[in-house]
Amino acid sequence: MTQPSLWRVFEPKWRTALQRIREERSRGGSGKLLLLVGVGTLFWLAVFRVLYVILRYFRGVEELGPLLAGKLLGLVLLSFISILVLSNVITALSSFFLAKDLDLLVSAPVDWLRIYLAKLGETLLHSSWMVALMAVPILTAYGVIYHGGPLFAPFAVLTLFPMLVVPAVAGSAVTLVLVNVFPARRTRDLLSIVALGAAGGLILLLRVIRPERLASPEGFRNLLDFIAVLRTPTSPFLPSEWATKAIMTFLRGAADPLPLLLLWTTAAALVTIGAMLHRALFASGFTKAQEGAERFVRGEWWRWTVGTLLGFLPVAKREFVLKDVKLFFRDTTQWSQLILLAVLVVVYLFNIKALPLHRGEQVGFFYVTLVSFLNLGLAGFVLAAIAARFIFPAVSLEGRHMWLLRSSPLELHTLLWSKYWVGTVPLLVLALLLTGLTNVLLQVRPFMMVVSMLTICGLTFAIAALALGFGALYPQFETENAAQIPTSFGGLVYMMATIALLGAVLRTLWTAVYAYVRAVYQGQPVVVDAWMISWFAVAAVLCAAATALPLWVGLRRMERFEF
Amino acid sequence: MIRLENLTKHYGSFVAVDDVSLEVSRGVLYGFLGPNGAGKTTTLRMIAGILRPTDGRVSLGGDDVHANPIAAKQRLGFIPDRPFVYDKLTGAEFLRFVAALYGQEGDAVGRRIAELLEVFELASWKDELVEAYSHGMRQKLIISSALIHRPEYIVVDEPMVGLDPKAARLLKDIFRQFVSRGGTVLMSTHTLEVAEAMCDRVAIIQHGKIVAEGTVDDLRRQHRAGDASLEELFLRLTGGAQVRELAEVLGHGGGDGAP
Repeated sequence: MTQPSLWRVFEPKWRTALQRIREERSRGGSGKLLLLVGVGTLFWLAVFRVLYVILRYFRGVEELGPLLAGKLLGLVLLSFISILVLSNVITALSSFFLAKDLDLLVSAPVDWLRIYLAKLGETLLHSSWMVALMAVPILTAYGVIYHGGPLFAPFAVLTLFPMLVVPAVAGSAVTLVLVNVFPARRTRDLLSIVALGAAGGLILLLRVIRPERLASPEGFRNLLDFIAVLRTPTSPFLPSEWATKAIMTFLRGAADPLPLLLLWTTAAALVTIGAMLHRALFASGFTKAQEGAERFVRGEWWRWTVGTLLGFLPVAKREFVLKDVKLFFRDTTQWSQLILLAVLVVVYLFNIKALPLHRGEQVGFFYVTLVSFLNLGLAGFVLAAIAARFIFPAVSLEGRHMWLLRSSPLELHTLLWSKYWVGTVPLLVLALLLTGLTNVLLQVRPFMMVVSMLTICGLTFAIAALALGFGALYPQFETENAAQIPTSFGGLVYMMATIALLGAVLRTLWTAVYAYVRAVYQGQPVVVDAWMISWFAVAAVLCAAATALPLWVGLRRMERFEF
Repeated sequence: MIRLENLTKHYGSFVAVDDVSLEVSRGVLYGFLGPNGAGKTTTLRMIAGILRPTDGRVSLGGDDVHANPIAAKQRLGFIPDRPFVYDKLTGAEFLRFVAALYGQEGDAVGRRIAELLEVFELASWKDELVEAYSHGMRQKLIISSALIHRPEYIVVDEPMVGLDPKAARLLKDIFRQFVSRGGTVLMSTHTLEVAEAMCDRVAIIQHGKIVAEGTVDDLRRQHRAGDASLEELFLRLTGGAQVRELAEVLGHGGGDGAP
């Protein structure tokens, strides 16, 4: 029997993608596309600019310059490859074992090699597209600074492609083995914890090592030591090192085919080994992946604790909140992200503590106030990102259950109310913790403490409302994975709206805070007069509007949902 | 009474439901029949208040579902064709949650949950997460959830799909008892034997329009069908009798004896 081509096996995927594009276009999606392209280009330009400045500086340094540029590229590619292994392990689990088209593919007379190659391609595409896009401005900067010429672009593609294949094969193989050991659902749970633990550990390690100290010349006894360290390959057996070597050799105008040869032969050999492993283990793993779901749970505990705490609420609101809390804490892919959040808070506070601010009394006061004020923006951004992950998907995740909610006498504003407070309360605790502890560490004066605490409260209410409102405005009912929902177009618009709000509120408050700083600096008494209060009032109105308006728009949008 | 007045639903230029008017009286089990894509599910979802009609109105016991939704939905139990339930809740938790949506709580709800789970043979599964349930068990759970608040009207889309014969029989008995006590059931189904045996009246919908309505005997009389079965009537009314040659459809690979 003639086997279908790989293109045919992929057909449902690319046809679905094409259809989505057509639907977007028919809905007048060209504005969306323009915005996405605009934001993407801006991001690319920013990355290019940063790399360009660094590399131009390196180029001006005799001897050390090219070594530093190579080291930097090596580090970038090494971090890419580490991210890719993790993301491939997680993506391979979905594409090889949990995807909806697997039943059809496995039951059809398609041979194992085609299934393997098609699924490997799918895994590679899903896990690597972001890294590949990120590499474009970075490599362009290298090409421009070191005059790579027109052939540099195809050479870079030729180098990067096998470097992306290697982690895809490795990740898929790890998943294959893990699924054979655990049932798939457990594996996914385990992986999210492993991935987050690894990410958290890495961040903590970076903070403990303090790389900024290594960059200072006092860290090395002499220049020769420093050069010796730079010349030593960081990881000689990793494809990232070969890719770095290939690219830097090309940019120097020398000819050394060995690194490229190593990359391609390793990728080919790994694909072969991966295929053999797939042939031996896939059938048993796929069978195991069909099994296993968590069964008995302790539901009464939640009823006694959260249920009792919320006893003052009407029954529909209470049960709705209780339901959302249970769903969150029973889904490992959701709650395990709290680990990352905890690491983030520790790193955040650690960074604030590391700031050398308290050296001179007057200058110290100015910088302390400035940092405390700017910290509002940074904390607001962190809160926005957290809200994007946890609050933005809230309405989308109800999509498949809307038959129940809409056919019951539950009022939509009750639903929205519950979603809002389930998201806002933990966000507010985090916001107060971040701002309060930062201010304590900075030893700010009471005026700034009060201003920043009130501001962060207002911002948190607004950020949560924006996340929920935009989540309702741009729902993703067909996506089951909550982590994917914020990466949609709606998520981007939400982040842009939130950043605009942060800018507007901080700009408004700055006038009042500046008056305070000037008064203290000049040794005059701080007078909270009508003028200052009016600025605070404008900021409060901005926050209140950014809270009420998105909720109102979200509610109107939800009333028009059709299922 | 469930009353549909000139109910219409457009999806862009496609007319899914076209000016449908219908009355289902108290104490009646009403069958809503039609081929795939005829507009049955769209009609039922508009009755349940999940979809908004393009035109026309739906009322349940005199309350307009879209103008006065809370009062109308309080009386309704809706059973969809696809059993999407929160996977990370247990069966008992799901039922308690649904009861809360109808404003019910307390010991009475606990007793009602135990009673329904017992009837549908889910009692031993009550503390297990729904993600471990089979399709049929989820369907039974959804049926239980539609009954938890003792509705006056039940609107049900393909109730027999996924149920084992015992549960299907149980459901038929429940529906019959429900209407004998004054409740109203509007049920869409493809199982014409079930519709013929159970329904007091039926409507057949095709291309979004009602093409026949009445008791099965009414339909036979109206279409001079003698003692034809509901299946024969249905095929005649919906043009399904023009079936292609089976041999042509099945091809020549049917077995050793195939020519």
